Amino acid sequence: MMSPTAALAAIGRPALALLAAIGRLALFVFDTISHLFRPPFYLKELRDALVSIGYFSLPVVGLTAFFTGGALALQIYSGGARFNAEAVVPQIVAIGMVRELGPVLAGLMIAARVTSSIAAEIATMKVTEQIDALVTLSTNPMKYLTLPRVLAATIAGPILVGVADIIGIFGGYTVATGRLGFNTAAYLQNTVNFIEFTDITSSLVKGAAFGFIAAVMGCYYGMNSGRGAQGVGQATKLSVVAAAVMILAANYMLTGLFFTS
Amino acid sequence: MIKLDNVYKSFGNNHVLRGVDLEIQRGESMVVIGGSGTGKSVTLKSVLGLVTPDSGVITLDGEDVTKAERDAFLARFGMLFQGGALFDSLSIWENVAFRLLRGSLKRPKAEAREIAIEKLRRVGLKPEVADQFPSELSGGMQKRVGLARAIAAEPEIIFFDEPTTGLDPIMSGVINELIREIVVEMGATAMTITHDMTSVRAIADKVAMLHEGVIQWTGAVADMDTCGDPYVEQFIQGRAEGPIEAVR
Ligand SMILES: Nc1ncnc2c1ncn2[C@@H]1O[C@H](COP(=O)(O)OP(=O)(O)OP(=O)(O)O)[C@@H](O)[C@H]1O
Ligand SMILES: [Mg+2]
Repeated sequence: MMSPTAALAAIGRPALALLAAIGRLALFVFDTISHLFRPPFYLKELRDALVSIGYFSLPVVGLTAFFTGGALALQIYSGGARFNAEAVVPQIVAIGMVRELGPVLAGLMIAARVTSSIAAEIATMKVTEQIDALVTLSTNPMKYLTLPRVLAATIAGPILVGVADIIGIFGGYTVATGRLGFNTAAYLQNTVNFIEFTDITSSLVKGAAFGFIAAVMGCYYGMNSGRGAQGVGQATKLSVVAAAVMILAANYMLTGLFFTS
Repeated sequence: MIKLDNVYKSFGNNHVLRGVDLEIQRGESMVVIGGSGTGKSVTLKSVLGLVTPDSGVITLDGEDVTKAERDAFLARFGMLFQGGALFDSLSIWENVAFRLLRGSLKRPKAEAREIAIEKLRRVGLKPEVADQFPSELSGGMQKRVGLARAIAAEPEIIFFDEPTTGLDPIMSGVINELIREIVVEMGATAMTITHDMTSVRAIADKVAMLHEGVIQWTGAVADMDTCGDPYVEQFIQGRAEGPIEAVR
């Protein structure tokens, strides 16, 4: 039997550790954002980050969205058939993709592709003293490494989500008109008529938030990596897990914010 | 000019520095020797603020380094890291000219490149390597690029962490001469870590030996052989037997 104080300590210790971790992360975020307002600015790094985070994520995000949109159309069709509601495929695909699946899938793919590579790159730089070298060359690593990546991901996030939304709807459209016998013009008409402005804004806001989370987690775990190859591996793994969980949690909160009144 | 006063640093249970006192004068070449893992690199990093000492004071020109204005402070330093620490996303010349391409010392790209190539030549590297990437070079070549980067902006204080490790004897000689030149001609202050006794004799004005977390002995290089300190004697003669344990 555990003594009461030991029991309390067993609860208190992880709780304190969690609070400390949240505090460190919050400081990291504030530090990152503060560099947005303090020159110098490293525009070349920002451009490179935009290309590697945004442009090179397009194929994987597009493919994921296409197949998911197609599968969604099939599911809604067969599910809807149970109560004679097959016709709602365009509407549900549109709302499902734009409100939830587009942002979440793009977010998770960004976490898989971008968070992991940022964490591994920065952790390797840390382990091989490149971060120390930056400091001795009068360059702030937060400004030079973290800010460009976070900024680029926050800009690329909405774009990738927008692409995911469109390609996802197109995936549903391809399946519905190709396999399920929907009329092409009517499908598009139904989609356009059904989507509301808030659906789109919520989608893009989620994209920005998820991009931000993905890059921050990659940088945070990379900068705090342990030593050696093991440290790099650990940092990479933790960063992806943390980013994915935080993206899903943020998605729930943003959905609550946008769609419950 | 640089003064370490009773500096302590531990990593967990590993008590690395246990009261280091060391003083380096302006324009002087100080060489730090000592066994592997005794904290030589940690000592250099403490001065630069890359490692925060647990206690003790480090001053530069009498000013506490932790209170100095960071940018101005670091602008006075150049550092060669033990592992080279080249940025692998940048080409060799961009590594060397890093400081000259951004910040307060920024200058036109063509000029920065020219300076980089000149510095590469001084460390015995051909201009052809300028456009290669760090991963394409051998370990010794990377080390020399790191050296070129450390001296590129002509800082007044330069730290060299094992500048000749991994180099052939001839190249070691070239680097030793270069370091000596930088101190004598440019009037720079240098602090060098090395295990290579030939290098010590070639570069040092003064020598300090770090052992068990303290400076065991320090003095002019000329007095090193006759100092009578059993630790220093064992070290410079490279004997397995003596007061320094072989397993540590
Ligand atoms: N960031 C760190 N975290 C934990 N331990 C560290 C760290 N940096 C150095 N150490 C430890 O401090 C001790 C001294 O390391 P340091 O690199 O200064 O040795 P050194 O004297 O330079 O050795 P060598 O001649 O082999 O380079 C080692 O035991 C090392 O494991
Ligand atoms: Mg060392």
